[in-house]
Amino acid sequence: MIYLELFATFFLIGLFTFGGGYAMLPLIQEEVLAKGWMSAEQITNFVAVSESTPGPFAINIATYVGSQVAPIGVLGSVCTTLGVVMPSFIIILIVAKVYEKFKASKLVAGAMSGLRPAVVGLIASAVWTMAGEVFFSAGLTLTTLLSYWFIVSVIIFIPMVVLVFKKAHPILVIGISAAAGIVAGLLEPVICPK
Amino acid sequence: MKDGRLKRCLQLFGVFFKIGAFTFGGGLAMIPLIQREVVENRHWAEEQDIMDIVAIAESTPGPIAINSATFIGYQVAGFWGSFFATLGTVLPSFIIISLISMVLSAFEQNTYVQFAFAGIRAGVLALLVKAVYTMAKKCPKEWWAYGIAALAFVLATFIPNFHILLVIGICAVLGLIVSAVKAGKERTK
Repeated sequence: MIYLELFATFFLIGLFTFGGGYAMLPLIQEEVLAKGWMSAEQITNFVAVSESTPGPFAINIATYVGSQVAPIGVLGSVCTTLGVVMPSFIIILIVAKVYEKFKASKLVAGAMSGLRPAVVGLIASAVWTMAGEVFFSAGLTLTTLLSYWFIVSVIIFIPMVVLVFKKAHPILVIGISAAAGIVAGLLEPVICPK
Repeated sequence: MKDGRLKRCLQLFGVFFKIGAFTFGGGLAMIPLIQREVVENRHWAEEQDIMDIVAIAESTPGPIAINSATFIGYQVAGFWGSFFATLGTVLPSFIIISLISMVLSAFEQNTYVQFAFAGIRAGVLALLVKAVYTMAKKCPKEWWAYGIAALAFVLATFIPNFHILLVIGICAVLGLIVSAVKAGKERTK
């Protein structure tokens, strides 16, 4: 049953995401992509949608996948959102009761000292996969390297990295990239006539 | 439920609804707003509690926003406090994305929207590179931490069908071993 599957998948994602935010990306890629619920391109697009709307990425993507996959969209969203929230909710309720013990626990501190760098490696891996999809969606060949949209992507990416590290607001970065994309699209027939 | 507690639950719902509705980027972007609302306006917690809350939210699984809401809700009004704070955080996202998902798939077919998204994907990549950098900066700057990060990256990227949960498990165990070895060294000193 699709509703149960949606709930279970997002429960798993919620349970094993440490560090919040984009720490969820690797698992989303693995689970949602494997089940064919979203394409790699759609996931990247949705990161932009989530950055431009309020609320946590986890809730946003859960709600979106639920509404896209289930026959009754809202019911699907309820299942995925409930799934992604439930592990946090239960675990924090338990932790709140044993707060002092939790803080002093060597086991928790030890596991976390391994998980924190692991999350960095995992997100880097997710971004690596995404970069492949953004730049080399047509495959890694010499023709791709000389293709119009590859060059456009590089020309947009480099100044955006500079902008992001100068602490520009994400919505500004997305707005400029969108405008640049539209301009590039309109110029394509002029620069590369078929 | 006592009257006072019900009132606090509704207040929690209102405060976290506002926080959910006005933070872009989610997670840690929420912390300053939580600080202002919970510490300065409502006096539900002290300044140093927020640091503890962030530490706990980061060392338990799940979204930081949900973890913080559940935890603060519990401190203020017990189980139902948690419930209403979490519901408040989730609801704005839920409503907005439900509405967007109805139109997004229709828009995605539009040529201009496709052009825009082609540009946006390059921009998103830039945002994600920064996210990785920010998280890397918070890690301990020691060789074993770099090693674990590199191991996680290599396993997840280059070994086909290597499940991410297995990577997480391996790294948690490595973390425990490193801490145990360090504790042992401290003792022999």
